[in-house]
Amino acid sequence: MSEYLIEFNNISKFFGKVIALKDVTMKLKKGEIMCLLGDNGAGKSTLIKTLAGVHKPDEGEIIVEGNKTIFDSPKEALDMGIATVYQDLALVSLMSVTRNFFMGREPMKGPPLLKTFDIEKANKIAAERMGQIGIDVRDPSQAVGTMSGGERQCLAISRAIYFGAKVLVLDEPTSALGVHQASVVLKYIVKAASQGLAVILITHNVHHAYPVGNSFTVLNRGKSLGTYKKKDISREKLLSMMAGGEELNKLEVELQEMNRTV
Amino acid sequence: MSDKSKSIENKTDFNQDERLKKVSKLRLLLNRPELGALGGAILVFIFFGIVAGDTGMFSAYGVLNFLDVSANLGIIAIAAAMLMIGGEFDLSIGSMIGFAGICIAIPAIYWGWPLWMSIIFAFSMAVIIGYFNGILVVKTGLPSFIVTLAMLFILRGATLAITRLITGRTQVPGLRVLIENDPLAWIFATDTFKWVFTWLGSMNLITLRTDGTPLATGIPPSVIWFIFLAIISTWILMKTRYGNWIFASGGDKNGANNVGVPVGRVKISLFIGTAVAATIFATIQVLDAGSADTMRGTLKELEAIAAAVVGGCLLTGGYGSAIGAAFGALIFGTVSMGIFYTDVDTDWFKVFLGAMMLIAVIFNNYIRRKVTESK
Repeated sequence: MSEYLIEFNNISKFFGKVIALKDVTMKLKKGEIMCLLGDNGAGKSTLIKTLAGVHKPDEGEIIVEGNKTIFDSPKEALDMGIATVYQDLALVSLMSVTRNFFMGREPMKGPPLLKTFDIEKANKIAAERMGQIGIDVRDPSQAVGTMSGGERQCLAISRAIYFGAKVLVLDEPTSALGVHQASVVLKYIVKAASQGLAVILITHNVHHAYPVGNSFTVLNRGKSLGTYKKKDISREKLLSMMAGGEELNKLEVELQEMNRTV
Repeated sequence: MSDKSKSIENKTDFNQDERLKKVSKLRLLLNRPELGALGGAILVFIFFGIVAGDTGMFSAYGVLNFLDVSANLGIIAIAAAMLMIGGEFDLSIGSMIGFAGICIAIPAIYWGWPLWMSIIFAFSMAVIIGYFNGILVVKTGLPSFIVTLAMLFILRGATLAITRLITGRTQVPGLRVLIENDPLAWIFATDTFKWVFTWLGSMNLITLRTDGTPLATGIPPSVIWFIFLAIISTWILMKTRYGNWIFASGGDKNGANNVGVPVGRVKISLFIGTAVAATIFATIQVLDAGSADTMRGTLKELEAIAAAVVGGCLLTGGYGSAIGAAFGALIFGTVSMGIFYTDVDTDWFKVFLGAMMLIAVIFNNYIRRKVTESK
């Protein structure tokens, strides 16, 4: 048995002549939060889709709990316990919290052929699960459209965990949120990891990533700039490693120049 | 006093959260998509009750008459509503009605098939055409509006061309004699609960013909089909996994796909549903009239969509109800027949239909905003 829950070794992905990913390696243990940082165009989306089974890597291998695996479809990745929560969250705002929670995986009751959607049980589980993360869905039959952005994010994560995720891949879970909402979501992510899940947190926001991450992988132009333990790298170093970091420094210098001349 | 002790008892119950404002039954009802249509139907009945209460409109014969018209529209409106909730349109319903009609009539009259075989043939064609519509929309990703608009022309044209080619005319009469003793046709051609009407007639409670038989002979098959489809569709939407998938497919196609809902299959099955509903409509009408007409069902697709919209379906999908569409059809059927009992010229019916739909769309839009943006 491997000490890692999931390993991505030297993953490469090409689209025609374009090298979208080159030799990206990531390893996660149970309970670990790895933050995947990168500016726009760094290859984050391609990497997520490769993790989720949408794209097949052209080179490299994926090892889940010591077994080499190829994901032929998103469903296979999901069956292996790798759940991806995309930015759009896969929630339908006109549908109720319960109907969203169990969308595609409805609990059933009744005799064969006359099986019906057990909405009472579903309501109860959805309310319980949301209650556990401190979100009080006052009425699980209310539409998801009435929830705040942070609550929706937590609903999507909670749903993934309920359905047996071992590895959570979160795509920019805090990017559309305010400070308070973002901290609620981040707290929940830490809690999920403490229960033994491995979390891959994809973000371009170092300030959100640094407090919760155990390790950090920086992507730039399709290549990994390396993985660092938290103790080995500072927030400032991380920031400057992302393409935007240097530019922000430059901007700062320029602004100082301008101030001096004024 | 007793209320107070009750609320303490239930404190641990999730559904009885103390922060959940006590919602009255009325407000819960307001969140249902069919509310507008239900209210509209009640208003329509009150209106005709006042204007035409003492005419024959609310006699047994009159009631069955407008119920029959409503039911026919309702059969296709319910299927159209299911498809709309699933996020698609079918503009080929009307043409499918004409096509299904000749699929029954030509084999039965010209090829000597037994009637039941022609009916099965028509339904098989409906499944194929519905499947074709569905697979085309799902595979190409084109708007169903365009794909089914093309099918509207193709089917209507083919109906005309094939009928004229085989029969030399555009109508196929002579079916009535075949209905008797057919093992299948009775499902679409029998008036039910005849004994109730005979009894009512014998008690002199309803109008009789000069020969002593009641004027209204029984519940027409369309009404039975209508009620059956309304119940089944509502049950599917509210109580089954497939129902949840319909809402999900219409609400957010990609999201539903990402969590494992077979969106393509759901949509294809709903297209088959509208084509089959059109064929039920056609079979009932063809057997009732005893003939098939190539132009039958013209513009019915738009009436079906209008009834679905009045019934609370959003044009963008993901929201609506089957029972709402049934009420929508009831409104249209009642007004289209009721108008004969008033002094109003029947030309005004279409004006009413349009105005009703406009009001419904504005109302639905408002409801959707309330449902999704209450925070």
